[in-house]
Amino acid sequence: MLEILFIFVLAVMLGFEIITKVPPTLHTPLMSGSNAISGVTLVGAVIAAGSGEGFMSGVLAFIAVAMATTNVVGGFLVTDRMLEKFKKKD
Amino acid sequence: MNSDLQILAYLVASVCFVIGIKRLSLVRTARSGNRISALGMLIAVVATIAVTESLSWPVLIAGMLVGGAAGAVLSVRVPFTAMPELVAAFNGFGGGASAFVALTEIGGSSALSENLAGASYSIAVVASILIGTLTLTGSGIAYLKLRGSKMVHPLKGSARHGFNATLVLVTLACGFWLANSTGASAVIAAVLLVTGAAAAGFFLVLPIGGADMPVVVSLLNSYSGLAASATGFVLGNQLLVVAGALVGASGLILTRIMCKAMNRSLTNVLIGGIGDDAGSGDRSGYTGVKETSAEEVAMLFDAADSVIFVPGYGLAVAQAQHLVRELGEKLEKRGVKVRYAIHPVAGRMPGHMNVLLAEADVPYDQLFELDQINSDFQQTDLVMVIGANDVVNPVANTDPTSPIAGMPVLEVWNARTVIVVKRSLSPGYAGIKNPLFEAENAVMFFADAKEGLQKVISEID
Repeated sequence: MLEILFIFVLAVMLGFEIITKVPPTLHTPLMSGSNAISGVTLVGAVIAAGSGEGFMSGVLAFIAVAMATTNVVGGFLVTDRMLEKFKKKD
Repeated sequence: MNSDLQILAYLVASVCFVIGIKRLSLVRTARSGNRISALGMLIAVVATIAVTESLSWPVLIAGMLVGGAAGAVLSVRVPFTAMPELVAAFNGFGGGASAFVALTEIGGSSALSENLAGASYSIAVVASILIGTLTLTGSGIAYLKLRGSKMVHPLKGSARHGFNATLVLVTLACGFWLANSTGASAVIAAVLLVTGAAAAGFFLVLPIGGADMPVVVSLLNSYSGLAASATGFVLGNQLLVVAGALVGASGLILTRIMCKAMNRSLTNVLIGGIGDDAGSGDRSGYTGVKETSAEEVAMLFDAADSVIFVPGYGLAVAQAQHLVRELGEKLEKRGVKVRYAIHPVAGRMPGHMNVLLAEADVPYDQLFELDQINSDFQQTDLVMVIGANDVVNPVANTDPTSPIAGMPVLEVWNARTVIVVKRSLSPGYAGIKNPLFEAENAVMFFADAKEGLQKVISEID
């Protein structure tokens, strides 16, 4: 557990450092794109789907996988669709 | 339980996420950044499926098909005007998923009863359920508010703060109980915790005004990252911890940047009330409003050498972005200097207008941010405000008691003439009167942005 805490603290600090100045244009895409990354919980859902026993945990795992996949697939696609519009005019 | 291969894959994915987020903060690299993040996600999921020994294929396939289809269809079908609420919805799903993963831990054989991994494990389970559920319902309210629903908190003032604080404390108590309970009582505690967290998300977001929803969505995005991180602690999964922490921290920074754009503190936003609590006395009638016609607007354009368009949510709702571009191009051909002034919170999400105008192929170098253009209004012949209201309200500068006091606004009234294209005199999101509409140099063109612009363009031809 302490090893994980170690990673967590460093990752939080890295997260604070990555973003310093963002033009307002990119606020929405950045929010949407990082939101897609938070769908990483899909990895957890995949593991949970295999570890539980019984009907109830199957249902819970199904909901978790479906929600996380919606977040991941939808999040990345919608961000891409927004950013596609930011082409410079030649 | 983590094999070396898995750890390596997770490392690659984490690096992808860091590079991805970094690149998303520059226009030039943003799109590739998003794709790099997506690649990282793909690697992580494939590696997890490859190395996890007991996979429940039916659940996995069914869940991924349903979620994948929903995500793909929604993201492609939803019109650009509805993107803000879509992001809010996706965010809720992410938080919800984390909570459900943690719940399977309680339902599964490795119940808290065993207390195998000790206190820190219990705390992680509770945190994951609490933050995840709160994100789910909070995002749900944000979604509805962004769609224009005018829900308000049943309580006002200190009664509301008292109620919300009690709710949070009771929910935390349920969490404490869950962390210390065994067997059947753990299930009851979990149900209570979910109910409390759901109610907390609901009631905490409820009093916050619609105009502040972008900040709320950004904060909830940060929460969904933390929920993922907590789930990572539960499962002992490094990737979840790292990715969740990255999103949690960067989301918080973005939230602060957005608050700064509105010149408000985060606390001020979260305490809420703006737009919903605004006194009805503020909506008093207007006097001396001058109405104009398409023909007259066309004549004003004929006489102008420099024009600035100020788009707002009304432009988005009417889908009039292509017509603005058409009008702008026509004016440019006549040698008129055409620019667009973008307020950081115009629309329902920061950057909303940029996305919309970019979709209509408005040249990027014609878009100007508030700081860049505010001093130029004085030397401008004609400003056309299209479906914007609060972001051009002079009250923000003059009345310190106004709900939007201190918010930087576009000082359009300094231009020689201001045309306001708006359907009616109804107040904007903040629910307050706009003295600009009564100004000496302002004329109102009452029309839906699309129809109005169409008429103006045909008059100009």
